[in-house]
Amino acid sequence: MSAVFGWLFVAAMAAVPVVFPDPYVLSVLTSAGIFIIGAISLNLLLGYTGQLSLGHAAFFGLGAYASALVSLGFDIGIGFGLRLRLDPQPVFVGFLAGIAVAGAFGWLLGRLAFRVRGAYFVVITICFAQVLRMVALNWVELTQGPMALIGIPPASLWLPGQGVVPLYTKPQSFWLVLGVGTLAFLLVRQVVQSRIGRALVALRENETLARSVGIRVTHYLVIATVLSAGIAGAAGSLFAHYVRIIDPDVFLFIYTVTMVIMVITGGKGTLWGPVVGGLIFGLMPDLLRGSAPPEAQWIAYGVLMILLVMFLPRGIVPAVAGLLPARRRPAPAIAAMVEPAP
Amino acid sequence: MTALLEVEHVAVQIGGLVAVADLSFTVEEGQVVSLIGPNGAGKTTAFNAITGYMRPRQGRIRFRGQDLAGLSPERIAALGLVRSFQRTSIFGPCTVFENARMALHLRGESGLLGALLRLPGMRREEARLREEAFAMLDFVGLTARAEVTADSLAYGEQRRLGIALAAAAAPQLLLLDEPAAGLNPSETAECMALIRQLRDRGTTILLVEHDMAMVMRISDRIVVLNQGRIIADGPPAEIREDPEVIRAYLGTSREVPHAAA
Ligand SMILES: Nc1ncnc2c1ncn2[C@@H]1O[C@H](COP(=O)(O)OP(=O)(O)O)[C@@H](O)[C@H]1O
Ligand SMILES: [Mg+2]
Repeated sequence: MSAVFGWLFVAAMAAVPVVFPDPYVLSVLTSAGIFIIGAISLNLLLGYTGQLSLGHAAFFGLGAYASALVSLGFDIGIGFGLRLRLDPQPVFVGFLAGIAVAGAFGWLLGRLAFRVRGAYFVVITICFAQVLRMVALNWVELTQGPMALIGIPPASLWLPGQGVVPLYTKPQSFWLVLGVGTLAFLLVRQVVQSRIGRALVALRENETLARSVGIRVTHYLVIATVLSAGIAGAAGSLFAHYVRIIDPDVFLFIYTVTMVIMVITGGKGTLWGPVVGGLIFGLMPDLLRGSAPPEAQWIAYGVLMILLVMFLPRGIVPAVAGLLPARRRPAPAIAAMVEPAP
Repeated sequence: MTALLEVEHVAVQIGGLVAVADLSFTVEEGQVVSLIGPNGAGKTTAFNAITGYMRPRQGRIRFRGQDLAGLSPERIAALGLVRSFQRTSIFGPCTVFENARMALHLRGESGLLGALLRLPGMRREEARLREEAFAMLDFVGLTARAEVTADSLAYGEQRRLGIALAAAAAPQLLLLDEPAAGLNPSETAECMALIRQLRDRGTTILLVEHDMAMVMRISDRIVVLNQGRIIADGPPAEIREDPEVIRAYLGTSREVPHAAA
């Protein structure tokens, strides 16, 4: 899909709060948008390095907790009679902290887990998310455990002339998510359409051959994990300041699964895949809500997923790209790599 | 003058099996050296040890005087020593042009900052790599196939792409593992011409090949391996007359036609 199409899409989305100022529509789109950012980050790992992280919600949750705690402030004992104290910080500091903490854990997991690949990586990532959930449940002094962190301040933005403006309204939250989502998309695009992106795809397609031409495995996989975790952390931070209450359930497996479904049905290893898959599976539960009982909804959800995987195993975006006439340019190689041609 | 590659008393074990028992030879800069021997002699294993895919149990391997012990394949490639694979190895689902660009990894240096900011230096590098990729494809005669996926190439074309990938970053020393395997006579002739051109560009070549006619014509020196040991080492004319080589090849006379004659 061309850049023009992409910017049209962003412009159309940006116009939604003006055209349909319906708070319900906006809240549904905002939540979907947050998960789409999560899916975009997962796609960098799953789609471009081929590594399946089934603990991706861990980075999302880390971003959510780190951002919430930094903006709420905390005062906890860390043993030996010492205390660690932080006064409440502006939300944007929390946002950056969320990205940094998630990114740092991404680095750690990247270094650790890429020594073991495939199934072992999957198992390690699952455990990682579970361990974090247990920590969030039991470190009550810091996280309030199952009582949840409440009263998280809304996101704010510094605007020239107006100072720091809290984003309370639905349209404001929506635009913020759209903005961060666009940035996440562009970041992934820049990385994927570069020497780094080629190295990642080379490692995914044939690691032995990739190493023989000098591509450093750990180096590139760690870059991908850190970026992926950082973006997931940003999504988690947006989530925390949007719903303004978080509990240890942000680490639940189901959130990871939701993101994996979005990426796979949309088309892993394509830039638009997580957006398309995210729109379908992020919006469908809410679209069905009024018209069908919950059981029927879940069945519809499952059936659609199975049908998509059966009939479009590579996902929706590659299938649609295959229907369009291929553009012929002297070297449309990147386009061919990013959006598989017929 | 020290040799470009020095292999000294290298032994490699795979499981309990001694695949290479005691291997010593050198490759001088600018030459084409062939490593020959019957199937299972340990040639591919020797390549794996030299390029860091397997750890020798004993011995030393030096490239440009530097000990390669403990270095990973990617580090060894960065030093200028790249190998091709006996079994066709390509980035299947990617286009031929993409394959070439991936193989040019070492010819670029832009990192994360360059990728994110698209600074002029990074754009220039991308343009240069694009040109080099086309030049490489031109060199192996695959320009017309640049936009098809590597999977969909004919077998002979895939073999040529494999050589192109190994040669792309212009390594000082190129290890080719049976580049002509499965090729018909005219393709084999093309392959030989390609190797000659690479040598003329200044690439030193260590070749493993079963086509003896090709080996005899192209090599400056031949090292003969049998059951993990070297049994002969010399120029083609000498190897052809070597009684031990003839004995090792008896029964597989196809391999040394001149010796059998
Ligand atoms: N991965 C492996 N596992 C077990 N044995 C192997 C493996 N690779 C090679 N070998 C054995 O090592 C010996 C040398 O093999 P190889 O180096 O492939 O020989 P060549 O390339 O000269 O035909 C053979 O006996 C072969 O069976
Ligand atoms: Mg072999």
